[in-house]
Amino acid sequence: MAAKSRIVWYLNQFFGQIGGEDKADIPPQKHEGGIGPAAGATRLLKDQADVVGTVICGDTYFGENVESAAKEVVELIASFNPDIVIAGPAFNAGRYGVACGAVAKAVSEELNIPVVSGMYPENPGVDMYKNYAYMVETVNSAAGMRQALPQMINLALKILSGAKLGLPQDEGYMPRGIRKNLFVEERGSKRAVDMLLKKLKGEEFETEFPMPDFDRVDPQPAIKDMSNAKIAIVTSGGIVPKGNPEKIEASSASKYGKYDISGFDKLSEADHETAHGGYDPTYADEQPDRVIPVDVLRDMEKEGVIGELHRYFYTTVGNGTAVASSKMFATEFAQELIADGVDAVILTST
Amino acid sequence: MVKEIERAGIPVVHMCTVVPISITVGANRIVPTVAIPHPLGNPKLSLEDEKKLRRKLVEKALEALQTEVSGQHVFE
Repeated sequence: MAAKSRIVWYLNQFFGQIGGEDKADIPPQKHEGGIGPAAGATRLLKDQADVVGTVICGDTYFGENVESAAKEVVELIASFNPDIVIAGPAFNAGRYGVACGAVAKAVSEELNIPVVSGMYPENPGVDMYKNYAYMVETVNSAAGMRQALPQMINLALKILSGAKLGLPQDEGYMPRGIRKNLFVEERGSKRAVDMLLKKLKGEEFETEFPMPDFDRVDPQPAIKDMSNAKIAIVTSGGIVPKGNPEKIEASSASKYGKYDISGFDKLSEADHETAHGGYDPTYADEQPDRVIPVDVLRDMEKEGVIGELHRYFYTTVGNGTAVASSKMFATEFAQELIADGVDAVILTST
Repeated sequence: MVKEIERAGIPVVHMCTVVPISITVGANRIVPTVAIPHPLGNPKLSLEDEKKLRRKLVEKALEALQTEVSGQHVFE
């Protein structure tokens, strides 16, 4: 029997069982064998492969040093001499998804071995890095671990076996944007006309070349006279009045808030806090101006650098929040901003 | 949110730490910030120096809003 294949697993601080947000700034470290989901995977691997090591890095550390962190992680991964790397699953955790993707990119470029990961399709890590990993589609929360793990393991084992992988939809991973030549029964012109006829009849058809979704918005012209401009603050960092009066959710927010700051020269822990559940709230709770710069903009208003700081700021929690929800929030309040004569927006994200 | 505000007709500057995400999302004017849990501050500094740092970043944001761009631009 052939030797068992060697798997190295990449995890964040949480799934790596080091700690929560308070440990999100830990640099990369390695452990022998599997931890967390990597340990749980062992029984699924049967006799075909072993998890020889786990590499863990804090999400904030990674997010703030994407390139150098990826490099450090790859060095640790390489020290185990793996045949394949599994990263995540990251579900809809943005920083974690980006980290898994960046690790996949670095591993495929530096070590030239395959990477399997798992994410929710809206995770920014998918769009940014799908070319570098076989990414299993997961639900948007860790409740999906039970489904995701066997899918990721099966895919990894199939890749390790050297068997030819089929189309993404058949093998259960998200399309990587790679084209392969293949022979089919009917020539292209016939297939295209068939599709057209189906379309004309209003029937379902499946395109062979989905157009990439380039949803880009042209930049608006620059502000000519800042000293007369009305500036509004918008944030996805979850700053809310103390007590979070409208109970904006700590993750997967279903609403946004609009709050009056006309009476504030600065924000403080006595009056504001963050509702965001995706980063360590210590610093934002202590000094909410670290997320929305009310103090500085108020100074600039007094000095005449800007015309006016808009009396309301708009806020939500950008933590696993659906793209469709964020779109809806902003489409709605953008109309209010226009009606209120706002000239420009400073949008801060954590 | 950045895109929907801009689509509605208001120029936006996105101040964020993980610039690659902002680029993927499609912000046009981007100003990189300090750290994920404190984009516009640094708890290691004195309050006074921290506010100076924040002012610099906001000045950069205003500069971005006053600069014509034809596509995505990161204001380092």
